[in-house]
Amino acid sequence: MDGIWIERSYEACSGCRRCEVACSLHHEGRIWPEASRVRVFMLIPGVEIPHLCFQCEGYPCAGACPSGALSVDGETGAVKVEASRCTGCGLCIDACPGRVPHMHPLRGHIVICDLCDGDPECVKACRLGNWNALKLKPRSGRASPPKTPEALTLEVAGRLLDEETAREALGV
Amino acid sequence: MRGYAGRFLDIDLSSEAIKEASFPEGLLRDYIGGRGLAARILWDRLGGEWESVDPFSPENLLLVLTGPLTGFIPGTKVCISGKSPQSNGMVGSTIAGEFGVDLKCAGYDGLIISGRAEHPSYIFICDGHVEIKDARAIWGKRGKETVRYLVRRSVEDIRGLRPGYGEAKEPSMLYIGPAGENRTRVAAVVSKYAHGAGYGGYGGVMGSKNLKAIVVKGFGPLPEVHDFEETLRLYGEFSKRSFEFEEFRRWGTGRGGYHFGFDTSSEPIRNWQEEWHDMRSFRGEEFDRHWVKKYWGDFGCPVTCLKLAYIRSGRFKGAICDNPDYEFEAYMGANLGIFNPEENIYLSHLANELGLCGIQGGAVLGFAAELYQRGILGSEGLGGLRPEWGDASAFAELAEMVATRRGIGDVLAEGVYRAALKLGQSKGLDLLRYAVQEKGIAIGAHGVRSGEDFADNISYACSVQAGDHTSLASIREHGSGEATSILYDSATCCTFTTFDLEMEEILEFYRAVTGWRLTREEWYGEKALRVLQIQRAMLLLGGPDHRWRPGRDDDNPPRFYEPLPSGPYKGRTVERDLFERDRRKYYQLVGWDEDGVPRPETLRRLGLESVEKKLRKAGIIS
Repeated sequence: MDGIWIERSYEACSGCRRCEVACSLHHEGRIWPEASRVRVFMLIPGVEIPHLCFQCEGYPCAGACPSGALSVDGETGAVKVEASRCTGCGLCIDACPGRVPHMHPLRGHIVICDLCDGDPECVKACRLGNWNALKLKPRSGRASPPKTPEALTLEVAGRLLDEETAREALGV
Repeated sequence: MRGYAGRFLDIDLSSEAIKEASFPEGLLRDYIGGRGLAARILWDRLGGEWESVDPFSPENLLLVLTGPLTGFIPGTKVCISGKSPQSNGMVGSTIAGEFGVDLKCAGYDGLIISGRAEHPSYIFICDGHVEIKDARAIWGKRGKETVRYLVRRSVEDIRGLRPGYGEAKEPSMLYIGPAGENRTRVAAVVSKYAHGAGYGGYGGVMGSKNLKAIVVKGFGPLPEVHDFEETLRLYGEFSKRSFEFEEFRRWGTGRGGYHFGFDTSSEPIRNWQEEWHDMRSFRGEEFDRHWVKKYWGDFGCPVTCLKLAYIRSGRFKGAICDNPDYEFEAYMGANLGIFNPEENIYLSHLANELGLCGIQGGAVLGFAAELYQRGILGSEGLGGLRPEWGDASAFAELAEMVATRRGIGDVLAEGVYRAALKLGQSKGLDLLRYAVQEKGIAIGAHGVRSGEDFADNISYACSVQAGDHTSLASIREHGSGEATSILYDSATCCTFTTFDLEMEEILEFYRAVTGWRLTREEWYGEKALRVLQIQRAMLLLGGPDHRWRPGRDDDNPPRFYEPLPSGPYKGRTVERDLFERDRRKYYQLVGWDEDGVPRPETLRRLGLESVEKKLRKAGIIS
């Protein structure tokens, strides 16, 4: 199985959050940043981190799910959430090295990027605006290891600014 | 109602009473939100005693209002208002960022804040959870430290409120620095390190309320809209046009520091003694070298006109700011005789850290430097400083003195107008001739002498927001310059993401979101004028420390009548007879008498009898 994945160039992210708009429109029919499967974290202003599923090797989230709510799409390689089976236990969050999954803000189930079944809206929104912080790539080319928003912020701020400033701004 | 969350929060910091409020549909149809609604709320609550309300007293209101288009139209702003400690009128001061989106997602269209907290506090909102929290740990702290503390603390609080949710995103926040805490009249409300609502001086109003910050996180969706398909169609269409707007996307306003000097001769240089320069070191390309992010924007922005500038090494290591944008290039650069991008980035960073408005703060530093140049202020009166033009270190020190009201900083913290009066009185000199301001508000960095920039001879003199370069009076249809700004500041929209849109197109978007039809004629001929009259009435009522004279004070600062001393437009100036002709024309267009007082029939036509009554009582309408 190969499938696709979304490559992210954090330094290119403008922080416009139009990916959140596109994602929530697609999945919820509303503009709803917290229900978006891609969430832009801004722990340091100017250092925006679009955070979404990394599609890890072995999918630890799916493995941790006690109710069989998470499965891997054979074609795209996305994690699919069967909302009706999800109990909201949160074990997938703890199993995820990037702590990506989060609860739907209103309904008690987890949400994870499903790659819009192969044509992700966030990637299109980012490309339309010509920022290209999110790009569609073959899953085999996955480069960035999964990390938490805080770890990514520290790393990206270290490159954009410098390490000392990043640590100071984040308070670590 | 569509496009609105439908609820406002009414928070009294003195009694810690937190209530919900709402407004009838008719009122929202007339005043929309943001600046328009602020005018109405302020008039209803404070209009009766406007002259006696001290802007820094607990009675004053701090309003933070969105509009129905906030979050929907590409480019997001929120409008901050209250009685202004600068003009003693009311200014609708907008700031970009996610705050308005988070607020609407939390279920509120706006905040009405009154009173004064017993000790330094901040307001924390997470959906329906609203709390006044202790801010003593960050009182006195600068921007970056404030953000760090509030992000950490708030993320923990959000986790506590939503256990098991997963990683919590940071909330949006508005905060002040020392300049606001110390109730200077030149303090901005700040966000995201480098965004500010400066005009009006609401940073000081927050400080006077012991309010360090407002933090909000919303987990809900944006409100329902009237016509979903049409809203999305227009969102796509407006965005597409913005994507093609190459100049702002590539440069933001960061080429202004050279362009408005060299090309249009309208940039403040050394406290407006000149408006022309050919300093190639100040070209956009020289700033570009310091950009670590070339496209930076806020929620929904298709233009991303901001750029993240950062100084990695040397004397100014660690300085971070956006672009700087043109206003900061001008006021924290050229106006101080500084044409070095690194120094300009450093001073812009410092202003943001201190919570000083770049324009008002830069103006007062330039004013002090001219007094030093002329020997009116000596270094002994300046705490030993010698603010020579171009001396970034001296200006940095002076900025700290202003923000903390130390030494001469205490007088300068009053802003150019009041500082000129106060220092002039003690020295027996007319120092207003060096104060480039309009009714207490230092003028935006777009001079009118060359006639080549977008501001006209009457733009500031007749504006209800005085020196504000984003709300310019104009003798086109119904004074449409300000009327257009009132729509943008009320709806709310960003000018830079709607640059080439026609008014009708914005109104189409407004209709798709709200379901309410509003024509250009209704806006210009009636609704915008209503807001304009209320703001004008507040400005004329003024007080308590100063009251503007109708007509006479609708004038340019003396410096604008001096001929330009250099550049291709050398010799040009504002011609008084043309100015007076245009001012008369403007007064007529907006229904004011020959002194600029709203005519009773104008007020009655607009249903503003209470304004007429008040202006009569105050002796302004005789």
